[in-house]
This record gives sequence, C-alpha cells and structure tokens, in this order.
Amino acid sequence: MTPFADRTGRRLIAGLPTIWLVALFLIPFLIVLKLSFSEMRLAIPPYAPFIEWRHGWPVPALHLSNYAFLFTDPLYVRSYLYSLRVAAVSTAICLAVGYPMAYAIARASPAWRTALLMLVMLPFWTSFLLRVYAWIGLLQNDGLVNHVLLALGLVHRPVRLLQTDFAVYIGIVYAYLPFMILPLYANLEKHDPELLEAAADLGARPFRRFLRITLPLSLPGIAAGALLVFIPAVGEYIVPSLLGRTDQLMIGRVLSDEFFENRDWPVASAVAILMLLLLVVPILLLQRLERRALEAPK
Amino acid sequence: MRVERVTKRFGEFVAVDEVTLEIERGEIFCLLGGSGSGKTTLLRMLAGFERPTSGAVYIDGQDMSSVPPYARPVNMMFQSYALFPHMSVERNVAFGLEQERLARAEIRDRVAEMLELVKMTPYAARKPHQLSGGQRQRVALARALVKRPKLLLLDEPLAALDRKLREYTQFELLAIQERLGITFVVVTHDQQEAMTISSRMGVMSQGKIVQIGTPAEIYERPATRLVADFIGNVNLFEGRVVESVARGNIRIACQEIGEIEVSSREEGPEQASRALPLEVRPGATVWVAIRPEKIELSPAREAPGGATPATNCVPGRVREVGYRGEVSVLLVQIPSGRLVRVTCPNVGGGVGPRVARDAAVSLLWHPTSPVVLTR
Repeated sequence: MTPFADRTGRRLIAGLPTIWLVALFLIPFLIVLKLSFSEMRLAIPPYAPFIEWRHGWPVPALHLSNYAFLFTDPLYVRSYLYSLRVAAVSTAICLAVGYPMAYAIARASPAWRTALLMLVMLPFWTSFLLRVYAWIGLLQNDGLVNHVLLALGLVHRPVRLLQTDFAVYIGIVYAYLPFMILPLYANLEKHDPELLEAAADLGARPFRRFLRITLPLSLPGIAAGALLVFIPAVGEYIVPSLLGRTDQLMIGRVLSDEFFENRDWPVASAVAILMLLLLVVPILLLQRLERRALEAPK
Repeated sequence: MRVERVTKRFGEFVAVDEVTLEIERGEIFCLLGGSGSGKTTLLRMLAGFERPTSGAVYIDGQDMSSVPPYARPVNMMFQSYALFPHMSVERNVAFGLEQERLARAEIRDRVAEMLELVKMTPYAARKPHQLSGGQRQRVALARALVKRPKLLLLDEPLAALDRKLREYTQFELLAIQERLGITFVVVTHDQQEAMTISSRMGVMSQGKIVQIGTPAEIYERPATRLVADFIGNVNLFEGRVVESVARGNIRIACQEIGEIEVSSREEGPEQASRALPLEVRPGATVWVAIRPEKIELSPAREAPGGATPATNCVPGRVREVGYRGEVSVLLVQIPSGRLVRVTCPNVGGGVGPRVARDAAVSLLWHPTSPVVLTR
C-alpha cells in the first residue's frame, strides 16, 4: 500500500468508531445535559427551548431548578440511596458466589474449562427479559419455589417472595453473575501455580496460601468484576420493575417514570445526569484498572 | 537424607524408577540429566509436591511420606524463582518466617541478615519485576535459605542467568553453602555447572540413576557409554578383548584404531589399581573411551601407507581446527574415516592454533588414559 492509502486506511479505521461514539453517545449525552437545565413545558417537545431571546439577544437558559428539585423531594434521594444499596449488596453476593466458581473453572482441566465457561455464558442465548419473567414464575406465590417449600413442610403457607428486596437480589445476581465470573476467571487462570507451591514450601497451609497469595493477586479481577456488576446494577430497570418492591423504587425506574409517566423530561434528565455523576468515580476507577492491567509487566 | 527405592509413575510413564540415594549432611549433591530424565520429579518428591508411587524419602531418619510440603524441613528454590510479584523483596524473604509465627523483631533481623548475605540489602523495598535476573535469583535464594532448612533443593538455579554471571554465581553459591553448612541438592542439565559446584553428583537417565560419584570419578571413570558421552566429550571405539597381559593390562583389538593396550594402573605416586570391569574377559565386546584432552598430537611418524601401526598410536589428518582461546579443538580423520576429537592447549607465544588444517599427524595416548566400558 502507498503511504497515502495507508494513512487514509488508518484514519478510516480510527474514524469510524469515533463517529459512532460521537453520534450515539456524546451527542445524546449533550442533549440530555442540555435538557436537564431547561424548564418543563406542557407542549411538544415538553421543555422550553435552550436559547431564550431577551431584548433581541440570545441567552442560554440555565435553570438549576431541576437539580434543586431532586434534593427537595426525598423520593429521589431515597431512590438513589436504595439503588446504591441494592447494587452494593448484589455485587457482594456476586463476588461471594462468583469467586469460588471462577476459581474452580480456572483450576479445571482444559476440556472442563471450556465446557464450564460455556455454561456461564449460556444464559445470554435467551432474552434477558424472558429470563426475568421466568423468575416471576419461579418466585410467585404458587410458583415452583413455594411448591417445593410447602411440599417439604418447611412452610405452611406460601411465602411472599416477589416484590421483595430478596427477589431483586436474586434477579440482579442471576443476571450479572457472568460479569463477575469472567474477569475473575481471566485473572485467576493466569496465576502461576508455582507461586502456591513456593508458599507451601515456605510453610504456608492451604488457607494462608489463599489469603496471602491468591487473594491479593486476584484483586484486579475482583475490582473489575465488582465494577462491571455494580455500575449497571445501580441503574437496573427491568429486574426491580418486574421482581421488586412497589413501595421503594430504584433510580432507573424513577427515571423512566419521569420521562414517560410525568413527561417531565428536564427532571428526568437531571436524574440521569446525577446518576452518571454518582457512577463517574467507579467508572474512572475501572478505566484506571484496565490501563494498569494493560501496562502490567508479564 | 535417604531416598529408598523411590518410584514415581504418571499413568503408564515411569518418571523415576527405583531410585536409591543417600546424601550426607553438608554436601552439595547434583542431580544431572537431560530433560525428561526424572531429575526434577525426584526433586519435587523431596520437597513434597509429588508423592512417590512406591518407596520412601527419609530426612534425618524420619519418613517424609505423609508430611506435606509446608511441614518439611526442606526448602526449594524454583527454576522460575516463583517470587511473589505483589510483595517487596523484604516481604518475599520474610514470608517463610511469618508462617512460623516468629516474633516480629526476630523476623526483621533474620531477613536483614539474609539480604546482607546475598548482597540485596539496597533493594529490600523493590518489587520482583523491578529487579534483574541475577537479583531475582539472589532473592529466591535468600527466601529459601532464611528458614534454615536441613535441605535446600535448587531446581536449575542458574539456568536463567547469562554465562558470565552464571560462572560467578556458581562460586558465590559455593561460598554461601560453605558458610551456612546447609545440604544442597541441585538439579541441573548443565554438566559444567554440576562439575563445578557439586561434591558428589548423580547422573540420571530415563528415571534411573546411572552413576553416583564425585565429579572427577564420573569424568575419569564413567560407568557407561551414556555417562561418558553425557559428561564432557569423548571418543568411543568398539573393540574386543584379546588377552590380559602382565599386571592387569589388557589388549583390546579395535577395528578402527587397531590393537591397543590399556593399563589398569593409575598414573601418579599412589599407583592405585583401577578396577577394570569384571566382565572384561578375552573375547568380550567392550568400548574404549578416550577423552579429547588425553590424546596427544605429534607430527606423522611414517609416510602414509607405511609400516604396521604402533600400539596406542593412530595416524590421521587434521580436518577441522576450532580455535577457542585457551584450547584448540581439532577434528582428526583416522584411516577408518572416523573423526576423532582432540583438544590441545594453546601453550607458547604464537598466535592461533599450533596445528594447521590438513596436517598429517599421529594420535598417541598413554595406556592409562582410555576407559574400558562394557555397557
């Protein structure tokens, strides 16, 4: 290839994703950001134009009232906190369940490893929505779980499982467990078994070996997995809507209610922007981890 | 340390085959063998990472069969060093002592002392990936030594170092061993390294120990053709025993180098008789092994196609000359067509090797030089 064609090709390759990101992420984000500073109107579109004309001059209309509103109504603050709590607990459960699974997969023989990884990813083959609906079937009052509990005589009347925090945890852990397992597996699989032998040789029993060697070395995997679960779990919409409580909404649901029920686009945008700000810290953390993982010496 | 009839099988494959071995306190014992000879498997059984299929390992008379690695008075230095990448040099060395739950002050003192010994004190705070190969090797050594094991196992301890550093480190390893008096068992495939550092060595092949002895014994009196060939270079000639002559000397007829006479007496003041293999009887097939440096070159005595060849003397023509600085390696073609390897020291003040290519020469050796092998 001529240098010219080479350069054009390279520009094309780098340019296409850039255009994609700008068109589908940056511009919508800027629109939402703009919306969050405008006033609601009962009109179409349901917000005041961004540029106001005063005495013949264009003035950007920056209204902070939407943000102020979020802090005056306790509904929003409570939803944010609830979302953070649900995401944190779900992440912790995912870690507790996913770590042993990832560890077992990493230690399995190569043939088993492929099969087990396949099983981890198998649920992605069906629609997420469908799988959450399946959980309704399992958890409802005359669902499978209650049938089993009744048959075993553990309970005498059906337990209310749906529309509880428990159901939300089940749903989120179920949906996001692969995102915990895969980065952890990728990390644990790279561990040099000789390090554990060296630790054993130096007098460390199995549990100490795990604490002193395996666990610290898997911290990047834990962090990556935790963030991959935590970040989407905070804004999770489907699981809490279908399985969750009706008296306490997660922020994703609040957001969609503002947009579609109240048609208050500016407040909905402010909710979205604030959620983004809340997640910026963990997102930056994730990026830094990824960068460090790329730079890490072999 | 005693290894008694230890066998290790992996499925059908016999990695270590009925090895019996005794290692004295304070010794540096080298297990030498090619890859797949079972030397590393044997070492791993001493450390406790593998369990013998049969047989037992005793340390100070105590059966180690059911003792897990973390409870054995044995430490190992891994070929890859296996340093903990998330810990500093100091933490790496302290790790073993922390497992013993020693007092913090004692750990600190012993770690400091050990880092001093391997000259790594200035690097105590560094992480392994910030160190050079030689420095990592020292940390690995310090980490294994700090627990004061009865036995230190070293798996190819110097394989990852470049040649100059390797030679230097060999002597340093010797000095450290002498100072601490710990028994070393070293696995290596490098015969030069094994000869330099070991007090005794065992040559392994296909899971068996073929010969055990001091480096000099193994070099000068190899037990089999395989050992002779593996340790250093050797010229091997097949022949048949003709007769025993006076004072234990025998005559051997070789197709390629004619009839030669081999003496069973050592050179030197002691005149100790060296045992010829028992099976050496007239008519037996044997192999004569002559080391390249024991062959002397002299200018050709007779014109080619001359009179009957003298005993222990073969005419030849120099085909290749490899100048190596301290010695020259010559490949001399003898009448049978075989190339015989001869090394001669480059004494004298001239530049370059003393012998020119294509020169006609005679190869001579003393009757005590060849080794007679029956296997």
